[in-house]
Amino acid sequence: MATPGALRVLEHNIISYKRVWKGTVFSSFVNPVLFLAAMGLGLGTLVDAGGRAAALGTTSYLAFLAPGLMVATAMQMASFESAFPVMAGMKWRKTYHAALSTPLRSADLVAGHLVFVAFRLVMMAVVFAIVITAFGAVEFNRALLAILPAVLTGLAFAAPIAAFAGSLESDYGLSSMFRFVIVPMFLFSGTFFPIDQIPGWLQPLVYVVPLWHGVELTRSAALGTATALNPLIHIGVLVAVLVIGFVAAIRAFEKRLIK
Amino acid sequence: MIEPLVHAQSLVKRFGDFTAVDDVDFEVAPGEVFGFLGPNGAGKSSTMRMIGAVSPVTEGTLRVFGLDPKDHGAEIRGLIGVVPQENLLDMELTVSENLLIYGRYFDIPRATIRERMVELIEFAQLGEKVDAKVEDISGGMQRRLTIARSLINEPRLVLLDEPTTGLDPQARHVLWDRLYRLKQQGVTLILTTHYMDEAEQLCDRLVVMDHGKIVAEGSPRGLIRDYATRDVVELRFPVGVQETIVGTLEPLADRVEILPDRVLLYTTDGDATMRAVNAAGLDPETVVERRSTLEDVFLRLTGRSLID
Ligand SMILES: Nc1ncnc2c1ncn2[C@@H]1O[C@H](COP(=O)(O)OP(=O)(O)OP(=O)(O)O)[C@@H](O)[C@H]1O
Ligand SMILES: [Mg+2]
Repeated sequence: MATPGALRVLEHNIISYKRVWKGTVFSSFVNPVLFLAAMGLGLGTLVDAGGRAAALGTTSYLAFLAPGLMVATAMQMASFESAFPVMAGMKWRKTYHAALSTPLRSADLVAGHLVFVAFRLVMMAVVFAIVITAFGAVEFNRALLAILPAVLTGLAFAAPIAAFAGSLESDYGLSSMFRFVIVPMFLFSGTFFPIDQIPGWLQPLVYVVPLWHGVELTRSAALGTATALNPLIHIGVLVAVLVIGFVAAIRAFEKRLIK
Repeated sequence: MIEPLVHAQSLVKRFGDFTAVDDVDFEVAPGEVFGFLGPNGAGKSSTMRMIGAVSPVTEGTLRVFGLDPKDHGAEIRGLIGVVPQENLLDMELTVSENLLIYGRYFDIPRATIRERMVELIEFAQLGEKVDAKVEDISGGMQRRLTIARSLINEPRLVLLDEPTTGLDPQARHVLWDRLYRLKQQGVTLILTTHYMDEAEQLCDRLVVMDHGKIVAEGSPRGLIRDYATRDVVELRFPVGVQETIVGTLEPLADRVEILPDRVLLYTTDGDATMRAVNAAGLDPETVVERRSTLEDVFLRLTGRSLID
């Protein structure tokens, strides 16, 4: 039986990744350790001492922060791993052009790319789960459960960003995207503080922020707390963004590569 | 009659309003080495990319292995080998990794790829470089690797877009030898080139393209016979002299071509023409007598030289 095109593309990605995997695992370990130490323990002690943890709906600031940080990191990594490799495939390494002179099609390139991002997300999230368990922020089995919504959220970013990067002529637009879209979402989606701290008139905005839906799901999975809306709505939004992004990415790839 | 491997009729490729390939017809028979010769922008790559089922046909009919690329693109791409004008290798991977990932794109089992790799590395003479990163090997080696890569699926038809452009003469000869071996194995080759010597060496049959159109078709010998004379005498005169002696030159040859920097006399007997030039009392700075080439054919057909 024929190997699906996406998996053939994945093999290429894995071979390239073999050269750098140790470094990426190391940084996916160091990154949460630093954040959790500085904010979870350092800043968290102040929050907890002020008796404010209850307002977060959790036992400690560390417990509030850990799942939020996990999903926000998933978003950040997925965005990065989608934007630059797609740019490289189109423009810098032109690996996509070579692939399309074989039986592969644009849809295989997009699907293979997303499967690879999913693989990277799972690896990162497993390390993250181990770290937050070691910090005593969450129980290990719950931390593992949180991997699912975190990976889904990551993919909901990877797909539309693949479409965006695939349509860009230069990487100039990517730095704007990170500065004006990804970083604000990272900070203001209920990751570091509950969204009821945002001025009331701005709050409805979070409904259109995919990361907020991901934060709600991941925190609920990690801590067993309730989600803001019906969990199916949160899941539905993320899946919808993923599917629309996937279709848009195929279109963008075809438009760019088939001339 | 043998079914042609590639068959194009009234083939057109447009990019927006611009017509890159303008109503061309050609056929390539199995086992043949078929060439597209033409200057920059003639439409050679555009034609090749349509044959390779990577670029959609705008108008006209195209069949590759009897299949329409529009409906059978993936199938056609699985059957052919492609050497694009740009190598499109993964510079960050090694020579062998490039062959491996490309073979996997065709879904060839890993064990089979490893077997073929041995032959292909030998074919491309890259034995010492198997584990070298592609960015660290020379341009000629990269080109040979691209050709080796195109053979990973054991294609019966290989498309080579300017296989030797940018290579030094020695590397070109090595490549010609490799291509000739493929031909002997019965592989059909379609290639494009700017070099008339390459076309003369390799092609059984070729078409000359200019501005998206085919301006002549035939074997290298046949084209030279039809569009040029056997010999050419090239004369260079001091600046300003050339214009004054056109009248004297005209009777000396079958045809006289005046270029900005030299005069070409087309003749069936070069020696006789040389003597006639001397007898007419002309005193050129340099004189070269040579056989006609496809360059002369191109000049005759388009009024321009092939390499600007
Ligand atoms: N994707 C494209 N979009 C717009 N115009 C294009 C595109 N590809 C090719 N062209 C134009 O079509 C014409 C033919 O290009 P093509 O690459 O087929 O020429 P060529 O004969 O291969 O030239 P060269 O010898 O320089 O490789 C050129 O004028 C080129 O600018
Ligand atoms: Mg070309």
